[in-house]
Amino acid sequence: MINKKVANVQEALQGVTDHMTFMLGGFGLSGIPENAIAELVNIGVKGVTCISNNAGVDDFGLGLLLQNRQIKKMISSYVGENDEFERQMLSGELDVELVPQGTLAERCRAAQAGFPAVYTPAGYGTEVAEGKETRAFDGKMYVLEHAFKADFAFVKAWKGDAVGNLIFKGTSRNFNPNMCGAAKITVAEVEELVPLGALDPNQIHIPGIFVQRIFKGEHYEKRIEQRTTRPKA
Amino acid sequence: MLDKNGIAKRIAKEVKDGYYVNLGIGIPTLVANYVRRDIEVEFQSENGVLGMGPFPYEGEEDADLINAGKQTITTLPGASFFDSAMSFSMIRGQHVDLTILGAMEVAENGDIANWKIPGKMVKGMGGAMDLVASAENIIVAMMHTNKRGESKLLKTCSLPLTGVGCVKKVVTNLAVLEVTDHGFRLLERAPGISVEEIKKATEGTLIVDGDIPEMLL
Repeated sequence: MINKKVANVQEALQGVTDHMTFMLGGFGLSGIPENAIAELVNIGVKGVTCISNNAGVDDFGLGLLLQNRQIKKMISSYVGENDEFERQMLSGELDVELVPQGTLAERCRAAQAGFPAVYTPAGYGTEVAEGKETRAFDGKMYVLEHAFKADFAFVKAWKGDAVGNLIFKGTSRNFNPNMCGAAKITVAEVEELVPLGALDPNQIHIPGIFVQRIFKGEHYEKRIEQRTTRPKA
Repeated sequence: MLDKNGIAKRIAKEVKDGYYVNLGIGIPTLVANYVRRDIEVEFQSENGVLGMGPFPYEGEEDADLINAGKQTITTLPGASFFDSAMSFSMIRGQHVDLTILGAMEVAENGDIANWKIPGKMVKGMGGAMDLVASAENIIVAMMHTNKRGESKLLKTCSLPLTGVGCVKKVVTNLAVLEVTDHGFRLLERAPGISVEEIKKATEGTLIVDGDIPEMLL
């Protein structure tokens, strides 16, 4: 067994330093690596670049790092619902690269899969394509988008085992599988770290080869951004 | 004049049996409430679910089960979950039949702007650029004019574009319009709205051919 299990979040984040580039899974607040983010706040790393679909909300998720001015640059597709983010971006304190959501996912996946770049139709004819190589295939225009390069990927899964196999739950899967193996070191935090052999190999979403470190998250708040319900009939 | 629910109700008539549909945030989300019960439709949410159901009953909300608007949802029998890359494979690969989204501006050539007001508001494009660049069938749901009463159906968009020449149809509180090579062709009027009122509220080229019927809702 190639053991990826580490004792805690402190051990999982060893080697994290200022000015690094991180990938962080999650869509909104669903499936974010809560424990890794809390530890990044703790360590107090500065000048980091974060690749993440969103930037959390003012007081949770990556919003916590923004509040502390730890982030130099955000690479995201959607940053609404976060006033501090919008303020720092419009004032120029924060460097922001807005990327179409599908392109963000594919630039992660390209890094994971060993592709240097991919052609996508998304953003052609818009400011997203400015300064980028474009090319026609069968009469339609595409933009060349490069794979991301990152030092750490922080992902969150539902269940995992010591070899790093991962299973995700519901829509908290989102970008997490695409970021596994897309950075130099992938750190997975899980709600349940189960004994080897307990996960059905047929049901594994991400094989352990894409994961370098795995730990059981101490605490999950799993905050809901928009609590929408219907009355019981 | 229609309200937001009225726009959603009219757009729901465009949803056909067997369609996979992606609904944007805002008015488009309401469309799901008005789709005919006797047809089979699956709603795709780009954060990674196909077969989206209604909101959960109070007390049954799950942080691991949300739609692209970050609202808690449920799933229907036959639903599936997937990662973001696969979700956009469905979109980019044209497996989704119909995309309904909101807009700040639409131009008469089908250009759309809905993600940024320079210096004022930047929320980001989310999945909108991927959706409009690939979808074959795009319907925009929006108010005909903005809060200052200015037309949102223009000769050319003034805001940064989300996509070029991609919108096929626009449903507003005043009208249903088709984007053609020569401009917006007026297809239907909202109940109680005259062609004159629509003309006045449309800055882009408006093509009015013969009698324009009132919408059936």
